[in-house]
Amino acid sequence: MSLQIRLRVNNNAVTADVSPDTLLVTFLREHQHLTGTHVGCDTASCGACTVLVDGIAVKSCNILLAQVQGCEITTIEGITPADGSLHPMQAAFKACHGLQCGFCTPGMIMSAIDLVTHHEHSSEAEIRAGLQGNLCRCTGYHNIVRAVMQAAPIMGGAKS
Amino acid sequence: MPNLSYHRPSSIAEAARLARDDPDAKLLAGGQSIIPSLKLGLLAPSAFIDLGGLPELRGVRLEGRSLRIGAMTSHAEVANSPEVRKHVPALAHLAAGIGDRQVRNRGTIGGSLANSDPAADYPAAVLGLGAEVRTDRRAIPADSFFKGLFETDLGRDEILTAVEFPLPERAAYVKFPQPASRFALVGVFVSLTGKSVRVAVTGAGPCAFRVAALEQALAKRFAPESLNDITMPADALNADLHGSAEYRAHLIPVLTRRAVTQALA
Repeated sequence: MSLQIRLRVNNNAVTADVSPDTLLVTFLREHQHLTGTHVGCDTASCGACTVLVDGIAVKSCNILLAQVQGCEITTIEGITPADGSLHPMQAAFKACHGLQCGFCTPGMIMSAIDLVTHHEHSSEAEIRAGLQGNLCRCTGYHNIVRAVMQAAPIMGGAKS
Repeated sequence: MPNLSYHRPSSIAEAARLARDDPDAKLLAGGQSIIPSLKLGLLAPSAFIDLGGLPELRGVRLEGRSLRIGAMTSHAEVANSPEVRKHVPALAHLAAGIGDRQVRNRGTIGGSLANSDPAADYPAAVLGLGAEVRTDRRAIPADSFFKGLFETDLGRDEILTAVEFPLPERAAYVKFPQPASRFALVGVFVSLTGKSVRVAVTGAGPCAFRVAALEQALAKRFAPESLNDITMPADALNADLHGSAEYRAHLIPVLTRRAVTQALA
């Protein structure tokens, strides 16, 4: 069985014929060649595969492409402004040294963007709890939390 | 999964017909448990019948003295629902503690209940509030819904459509989470409505269960001290590398006391 899927990826309309067992992350990485979205654990634990579906953070290794028929997908490749500058969350991760090896970073940033978008005034404790679905094995999280706290007011200010 | 088919029905009747016609098909809700099971080879369904295209299965509604939550309502929607937070804050708190934020954005109450994972949170609330599980053909009281390890009273092609929670006077849910998965090592849901007390436990047995001894003691006086002399037998409780049966047995009255304290706060 082959399924025809229509959806939007980073503001582009995409059509694909896929087998029903295709995971969203497989489609993004192997069909769309958007390899910024990582596969860490493949068991919906680590969050490296986090993307936004209609603006909501999900683990793309744990969702079938068929389930997001007609949806708008945003990956790490889709958050940078057209002029090539960094998204405020990316800039804050850079400024605060919120990454070391970088493997978890795309998922961490997508998750943090969802968190700040839906909970603009989160406390440090709320940010820590909000990032429970993303594992980082390098940083110890302190600088990640600092980065999210630094980006939050900038993102809030940028909201139209 | 080479021969997996996928259906996205546009009515509950069509979903039921698809399920009836294919005994090896599986209903798909949020997929947060079923997709990992598929990857692990624990399941090999012939088809998924995706309930994601049925908006009538989604949402929270206050109906008289009960709260009706559609089967496809996500944990995040329950946690953030103004109706749930106002009328059964313990349920909103429970939903906010399931898995992590991304999982809560996809996982659904109906999927969790139909799966009946022994360490899932929602079964404790359904049993602890004496809710009613609605399906496409009947209403199932919570007390006869959970049958065993990953087993419920649902028929193979029966579709869970909603859960109706009666509004309690007081309620609380306290869990001792397994720190990595945040599943309940043990979770206790307590409610008080009139003279009726319910204490439901998840994580400790093959499925959620009530504890008569704790309920009777609390029915006499709804206070944490009422449970001071009660111990739980460890017989037939779950044991794994995270905690022995005795450890879980010990946690049940401890968490129940904490839940009663919270319910009274």
